[in-house]
Amino acid sequence: MNTQTLYDKLWNSHLVRTEADGTSLIYIDRHLVHEVTSPQAFEGMRMAHRKPWRVGSILAVPDHNVPTKNLAAGITDPISRLQVETLDANCAELGITEFKMGDIRQGVVHVMGPEQGATLPGMTVVCGDSHTSTHGAFGALAHGIGTSEVEHVMATQCLVAKKSKTMLVKVDGKLGHGVTSKDIALEVIGMIGTAGGTGYAIEFGGDTIRGLSMEGRMTLCNMAIEAGARAGMVAADEVTFEYIKGRPFAPQASQWDAAVTYWRTLHSDAGAKFDTTITLDAAKIKPQVTWGTSPEMVLPVDGIVPDPAKMADPVKRSDTERALQYMGLKANTPITEIKIDKVFIGSCTNGRIEDMRAAAAVAKGGKVAASVMLAMVVPGSGLVKAQAEKEGLDKIFIAAGFEWRDPGCSMCLAMNDDRLSSGERCASTSNRNFEGRQGQGGRTHLVSPAMAAAAALAGHFVDVSKQ
Amino acid sequence: MQKFEKFSGLVAPLDRANVDTDAIIPKQFLKSIKRSGFGPYAFDEWRYLDHGEPGMDCSTRPLNKDFVLNQARYQGAQVLLARENFGCGSSREHAPWALDDYGFRVVIAPSFADIFFNNCFKNGMLPIKLAADKVDELFKAVEAKNGFALAVDLVQQTLTTPDGVVYKFEVDEFRKHCLLNGLDDIGLTLQHKADISSFETKHRASQPWLFA
Ligand code: SF4
Repeated sequence: MNTQTLYDKLWNSHLVRTEADGTSLIYIDRHLVHEVTSPQAFEGMRMAHRKPWRVGSILAVPDHNVPTKNLAAGITDPISRLQVETLDANCAELGITEFKMGDIRQGVVHVMGPEQGATLPGMTVVCGDSHTSTHGAFGALAHGIGTSEVEHVMATQCLVAKKSKTMLVKVDGKLGHGVTSKDIALEVIGMIGTAGGTGYAIEFGGDTIRGLSMEGRMTLCNMAIEAGARAGMVAADEVTFEYIKGRPFAPQASQWDAAVTYWRTLHSDAGAKFDTTITLDAAKIKPQVTWGTSPEMVLPVDGIVPDPAKMADPVKRSDTERALQYMGLKANTPITEIKIDKVFIGSCTNGRIEDMRAAAAVAKGGKVAASVMLAMVVPGSGLVKAQAEKEGLDKIFIAAGFEWRDPGCSMCLAMNDDRLSSGERCASTSNRNFEGRQGQGGRTHLVSPAMAAAAALAGHFVDVSKQ
Repeated sequence: MQKFEKFSGLVAPLDRANVDTDAIIPKQFLKSIKRSGFGPYAFDEWRYLDHGEPGMDCSTRPLNKDFVLNQARYQGAQVLLARENFGCGSSREHAPWALDDYGFRVVIAPSFADIFFNNCFKNGMLPIKLAADKVDELFKAVEAKNGFALAVDLVQQTLTTPDGVVYKFEVDEFRKHCLLNGLDDIGLTLQHKADISSFETKHRASQPWLFA
């Protein structure tokens, strides 16, 4: 019998038809929708007099524009408000389930979906958002799509796609103290570059990955897109089933056993062939900090900022020069000497309960450095917030001088009021350090939640593996 | 969708690798619920000296004279020449909408981010991958000659320089067909409605929990 990768299995089990040149129609099980990339798709449907193929597959939530404080006052920016209201109206009109602002289930779409059990092993999941790769953590085929594709999936329940190449990122060994899946993700991106995964679906495997919680696996798959891969995935196992059990959209008790029996087949067969394989030793991974304006511009916390003068490749040299200039950094500066102005803990990468716990463990009993203007913690969803408060994490953060906010995308992309001013430097647990991402002229350093919390207390980056 | 026909267009060079979608269209413009009108805000943070917000009248904003698209010789460009990994970052289709609205119909680069690449075709734009050394040659040629235009022929899959140098490029057959005929993806897919329905019936029988 042919051996198959997890990706092969997911692809084959959703294949509706294939043209001679490989262009295929893939059936989509779950369609997540948020306010930013959907209005034009709904509009297109209306103009063409089309109705959604299967309304029950769609789950909607506003997240990008949602304010993270003073929620009761609503959204003050009229353009943002209109976008959220447009989503509400579209969902109401078509009977789409939506968790609106103020609903405890509302949150960043990639936190909300799994939390509701709306992402299941073996599914195909799409959303008009590149970080849809997150959902691959469940042994699902999940990737981001553009607005035209959002419309296409709504109208046809299918996506036009061609099969990707496969890459196995195999991580074995024990992660050091204070080293997290965020650090694995950044290490991988540093190795293969932000285009290294282009054209690939990445499977993360190896015993380190098996040892990660679902939250950790989601962080890893979330960042697959930053390595250029549209999809990241982890085989389903007991950790996955345990996480899903009892969640609102999980299979009913009567179907549970059948579902789990099927889900147990969702792994790459022994000897399955990947187009590329990369191996990492977990024990060698250190806490990571990005220094530039692309996630691949990353170093271990004990590193020093690179020196363009030492680079032979002219394109690389000028990119580095430009990045250093934008970031306001001097070549050869030790990472631990970089001082920060703000801290953001949250996003679809690191806004889950485990992330809150990791940051709180560091923040506990400490004080945010006087030089840090703002340290904010933004839980990924209303339910994460409630859970954290049940565990008293909010009190730890507040006592240490952090702001404890309401859920949303917040300063991950600064579409709401949370943003950096020009020249401000931020330790952020989000996923993109592009120019202007967190506010025009803002300078972003990507780190794990523990690293962000430690930087908040110290006022500069510190090595949490040494604490 | 508009049909993609043969044309000859002025080339503008954007000499940076990893140009991301946040740079192509900054997030504040994503608040729009429309598909059009993004052109004046394309590359907003590089193009203007002030901070842009949706609805602003761009004709009175201070231009960044150093930014290549602001140079007189590149006004009216229809072909964008770029470096590796163009369009990386988010899935926002606002990026191709902005480039399209600006007037670009073709983007040439050694490599593209997957989602952006796809999104171009859905909007009648043609992203062309050329080998890095060929792209290098083009950068030099554009720099050397004012008014450097490329003749783009999708049927023949060629780019022709003013000096008659011809570059062949690859394009997916299906996508080519759709671009040339201005075909709408949804309409095409719905021709296979029966296949989708029968797949769905089988899928529901084997994994009923997906349809609860
Ligand atoms: S948290 Fe950031 S990356 Fe995630 S969906 Fe929101 S804006 Fe996108």
